[in-house]
Amino acid sequence: MIEVKNLRVTFRLGERQVEAVRGVSFDVEEGECLALVGESGSGKSVTARSLVGLAGPAARVEADTFVVDGRDVRGFAAREWRRLRGRFAGLILQDALVSLDPLRTVGAEITEVLRTHGIGDRGDRPERVQRLLTDVHVPEPERRARQYPHQLSGGLRQRALIASAIAGGPRLLIADEPTTALDATVQAQILKLLAERRASGETLLLISHDLAVVSRLADRVLVMKDGRIVESGPTRTLLGSAGHAYTKELISAASGRRRMTRTAPGEVVAEAIALRKVYGDRAVVRDVGLTIRAGEIVGLVGESGSGKTTVAQLLFGLTEPTSGRVRFEGRDLSGVPERARRPIRRRLQLIAQDPLSAFDPRWTVRRIVGEALPRGADPQPVLERVGLSADVVDRYPRQLSGGQRQRVAVARAIAPRPSLIICDEPVSALDVSVQAQVLDLIAQIREDDGTAWLFISHDLGVIRDLADRVLVMHDGRVVEQGPVRAVFEHAGHECTRALLNAVPTLEGAA
Amino acid sequence: MIRAIARRAGSGLVVLWAAATAAYLALLAAPGDTVDSIIGDGADRPQIRAQIIAEWNLDRPAVVQYLDYLWRAAQGDLGRSYLLQRPVRDVIGDQLAPTLKLAVAAAVFGVVLALILAVVTRGRWARRASSTAELVLVSTPPFLIGIVLLSVFSFRFGMFPVSGDRGWAALVLPAVTLGLPIAGVLAQVLRDGLDRALDEPFAVTARARGLTERSVLLRHGLRHSLLPAVTLLGWLSGVLIGGSVIIEQVFGRPGLGQVTLQAVSSSDMPVVLAVVVLAAAFFVVINTAADLAYLLIDPRLRRS
Repeated sequence: MIEVKNLRVTFRLGERQVEAVRGVSFDVEEGECLALVGESGSGKSVTARSLVGLAGPAARVEADTFVVDGRDVRGFAAREWRRLRGRFAGLILQDALVSLDPLRTVGAEITEVLRTHGIGDRGDRPERVQRLLTDVHVPEPERRARQYPHQLSGGLRQRALIASAIAGGPRLLIADEPTTALDATVQAQILKLLAERRASGETLLLISHDLAVVSRLADRVLVMKDGRIVESGPTRTLLGSAGHAYTKELISAASGRRRMTRTAPGEVVAEAIALRKVYGDRAVVRDVGLTIRAGEIVGLVGESGSGKTTVAQLLFGLTEPTSGRVRFEGRDLSGVPERARRPIRRRLQLIAQDPLSAFDPRWTVRRIVGEALPRGADPQPVLERVGLSADVVDRYPRQLSGGQRQRVAVARAIAPRPSLIICDEPVSALDVSVQAQVLDLIAQIREDDGTAWLFISHDLGVIRDLADRVLVMHDGRVVEQGPVRAVFEHAGHECTRALLNAVPTLEGAA
Repeated sequence: MIRAIARRAGSGLVVLWAAATAAYLALLAAPGDTVDSIIGDGADRPQIRAQIIAEWNLDRPAVVQYLDYLWRAAQGDLGRSYLLQRPVRDVIGDQLAPTLKLAVAAAVFGVVLALILAVVTRGRWARRASSTAELVLVSTPPFLIGIVLLSVFSFRFGMFPVSGDRGWAALVLPAVTLGLPIAGVLAQVLRDGLDRALDEPFAVTARARGLTERSVLLRHGLRHSLLPAVTLLGWLSGVLIGGSVIIEQVFGRPGLGQVTLQAVSSSDMPVVLAVVVLAAAFFVVINTAADLAYLLIDPRLRRS
């Protein structure tokens, strides 16, 4: 179906030339599922987009052989590319909230494909749209077609996006990180849907940074790094006997490993008693109680909307509970004026999911970390502790990589020697290999400082690797809690089991 | 949706009330006797003084004066100009039409030109040239643009009348003069919005469906670029009000600008008060329209 030899993609950025893809060769066979795996910046997305001529206006695409659907596409005019797009190949991007036009209804977006390729006529298109939505298992298709992307849940949105990609009846589906923005449970459903599309005869090109996600689906895997394919082969063989060091790193990141702890939990640091938070007439948090001891990592998991972030805000004293109270180091944190909380603030730190928006973009790393230190103190030792070299201190957040930024966030959090650090999805935005490094760092700091951590995540894999105890939230309630091993091995609540089943695991890994 | 409209209309009424009250307080705060302020440069005779006292209830308690003033204003009775010896409503009513004509023509011309500029000049050189021209237009004072247009198209080629308000031909140059700076600013904002929208993932999705670049631009990008442009509607109403005073002077057109200028220079307080309230009303209408336009363009804002 597709034959590519020595594909090179270069971007011109001002005076600079950036080689994103440096000589990649591969074939896509009719009916197979091929996965392209690598971390961000490895050139996998650019490679995939080049297949439909969408590498971008600043890109120069060259290849020795570049055959798509039996035709040499080198020197294709825009018009010829357009005939391929949507009709031969459908493209599914990461997050449907931004990949579907937020100002148009889902129905209008799907109809657009039909109209562009002259499929059906005006009268029967609404019916076709409904059939497409039914094909991707969207309930009440008639109503959903009239809704806007923001009115749909993440899973339904992604289904709608897939419906628009298959509307032109393409033989090839290119899915670029199709599940990265989704909860584990929804992720599993979308992967199942993609498997269904493949069973119905479509060829699948899957792009992901997560080996575990693609191992469920792919027949063959290409591992990309720095614009080159470093390893390729059938999924099973590749997972069983990876040759390249980078592939091994990806596999170990995906299969997870316990970060062991020896410190016994100390005294109670923070305590929440019968917390309840009501917004309007909706109870977001209902009767949540939890204790965190020194040197303990407590995981808080649940789907989005289960109330875990609100619990973090209550513990942090950012919002007042409707009833119940929070105690921190033996003192009341709720029901007291902010002035009384301020001395405690230094002992209680927060790490946000996206440090880029949590840092002042006009501050250097020196100033960001220095703010949390006593006046005039040197930020160097703290930065060293989180594994950052001396040359980052005068950089701005934008000039750091995602992993470096999260290290700076950790440095700032540990700088005032807190007794509790609350982190809200601290690694969700990171590539798996970087994710593993940050998790190692967190485990190390707990080991050294005896800090207590409340670790919020929708990713059970991360919790399993890191936490000592876990609390599962559903619909504002803690439905299950206990030591990680016990909860994961004998999940009592159906909600926990659903979350567990949804965790992508490496299939066939040795 | 209906609740949103009602809420915006309600806050508009509050702004109108505040403007009317502020104008009234300014009248009271003016140095000297209130009666003198109202007479201005008009004839000062005992009958007229008595008439003013009766009309403005100046012999009654302050609260009654104020409430009565509000009640009259709410009914559209804007008082009487003792200088012109006519009701203010008639003075303004005569001049409202030419000014509205100018404002609407200038706004339509400016918006249409901005849309064309932003959509058509997508190439590297075209956009640079257009962007430079827009900046020149924005930074040139309107009266200068007006004088240049006059000397070229009226004096040199005689294509349009030099002054007055006879027929549509007389409207062309003033509307263009007032509309050009508007087009300059709007085109910049629209182009910026288009660039941003066409860079979004949904634009990639749209291209991946096989849409032409032009369809992506018109069906997806344009609507997104309208959002920041709508924000400028408030600014636009200010330009239209302030600009028309100058433009009417340059082109010798009748209109509210002329009336305002005369009223201020001859201290005709009742007319000045009415113009203030009218300008506030105009501002409220345009801004309410802008708020509703947001709801129309962006469904994400429509949740009750």
